[in-house]
Amino acid sequence: MTPLLQVRDVSRYYGPRIGCADVSFELYPGEVMGIVGESGSGKSTLLGCLAGQLAPDAGEVLFDTRAEGPRDTLKMSEPERRMLGRTDWAFVHQHARDGLRMGVSAGGNVGERLMAVGERHYGEIRTQALDWLGRVEIPDDRVDDRPRAFSGGMQQRLQIARNLVTGPRLVFMDEPTGGLDVSVQARLLDLLRGLVREMGLSAIIVTHDLAVVRLLADRLMVMKDGRVVEGGLTDQVLDDPQHEYTQLLVSSVLQV
Amino acid sequence: MSERWNKMSDQGQEIDAYNFAYLDEQTKRMIRRAILKALAVPGYQVPFASREMPMPYGWGTGGVQVSAATLTPEDTFKVIDQGADDTTNAVSIRRFFERTAGVATTDETAQASVIQTRHRIPETPLTEDQILVYQVPIPEPLRFLEPSEVETRKMHSLEEYGLMHVKLYEDISRHGEIATSYAYPVKVEGRYVMDPSPIPKFDNPKLSDCPAIQLFGAGREQRIYALPPYTRVVSLDFEDHPFIPSKADHACDLCASRESYLDEVITDDAGGRMFVCSDTDYCRTRRAAATIELNSRDMTEACS
Repeated sequence: MTPLLQVRDVSRYYGPRIGCADVSFELYPGEVMGIVGESGSGKSTLLGCLAGQLAPDAGEVLFDTRAEGPRDTLKMSEPERRMLGRTDWAFVHQHARDGLRMGVSAGGNVGERLMAVGERHYGEIRTQALDWLGRVEIPDDRVDDRPRAFSGGMQQRLQIARNLVTGPRLVFMDEPTGGLDVSVQARLLDLLRGLVREMGLSAIIVTHDLAVVRLLADRLMVMKDGRVVEGGLTDQVLDDPQHEYTQLLVSSVLQV
Repeated sequence: MSERWNKMSDQGQEIDAYNFAYLDEQTKRMIRRAILKALAVPGYQVPFASREMPMPYGWGTGGVQVSAATLTPEDTFKVIDQGADDTTNAVSIRRFFERTAGVATTDETAQASVIQTRHRIPETPLTEDQILVYQVPIPEPLRFLEPSEVETRKMHSLEEYGLMHVKLYEDISRHGEIATSYAYPVKVEGRYVMDPSPIPKFDNPKLSDCPAIQLFGAGREQRIYALPPYTRVVSLDFEDHPFIPSKADHACDLCASRESYLDEVITDDAGGRMFVCSDTDYCRTRRAAATIELNSRDMTEACS
């Protein structure tokens, strides 16, 4: 089986400082990969490099495109990369307002990607928007409300709907549950887990919340100071951490 | 040329402070370069070094600079503001060029070689000998959706125009139809999405395949864009909500035209109102023609 994403020796420096260095891994279709680590460990830098938002200083990111098979996204032209960004890729931001248009109604937010890939039938766009709002548990009568009028959890669900409407194959998530209270987090995780399984999505989830990766991720990478210090199956890494930093991380989780 | 204009007198007084048409020749050259580039890439917004003009932003500083760079001493100049020749903006800009360029001016669309306009396209069809100069307040059609100039430029260069339809989608979801009635976005030659300046969408079809050169100047925003003659211009829409160039469903109360764009004029405090052509020259010409026709009919009847 061809990996959906092959990452080889990706490095990004901020002047003399390391953002992330020599990161390599493969992600197969339908697989969910978690990246954990403390603040400043290079998780978000790595995610930015993979999603084409930051240009790495070295390395390759091969994505298995529908038409031409594996291609290095870093060598693609910008229009091609941006096209991927609104068809096969999705990016869920930590703060919903970074990923939403706050001045545009919920329906318009969901419909934007459809219109961006050429859908020009209002009725069709509307039907799909309503369908997706239903899937992320936003009531139909909120379709014309602006995200400003939504709660934090609803905004995050709307962001997810907006991203998944074009049926992407790879979803990047940056702390998708950050800043939400635990009960809302639990419902969001439930929803995400359902969608990932149902649509056969591959996903890369960056988080510092070990509970989130325990629930969602098949595999786990632990980062420290810009480097991957440990990787493996999620349960294996969390139940039997080998690296001292991972041990610290696992033992730091508060038990209620 | 400058000597000639140095000697130009204004109400008997010698003025030697102004070059022909106010702007200095270097500035006009710079603006002409921008205009040529704009004509070469229809619908593309060309940045230019907009000058301070002796009028406030929003009063047509962009249009005035384009007109100044376009005018020659032989030109006949017409200025319209919302279709009318006799409103403040039109009168002051016309006088400005009468004084600084000494060009002939006219109210008649057919007589003019350069027409500066604010928010209308004349009803009388334009010809290949004419240049239409639009005053543009905000040249970027994506501005209200995407505040970043860096981002909107990128969207233009990569032809990412999905967002423009989001605006139309919002219109339909809120009002049941595309409620944008002026500054209605258009696509030029299948490439650039362009703001046609705040003309009513009734005028949009006239943009397309027009024999005249159409120039757009935005002074505050420092952009010039253009439509060369016979350019294909399509108004954006949805398959199930097609573009409709609408106007008041009425005839002009003065000239009885059913084809022209109408203004609604409130005539008293008791709810009295009338609809009149917004294009004053068109209305006047039609009424004059009707009067001549009436008179000649009277003459014929009297003779027989």
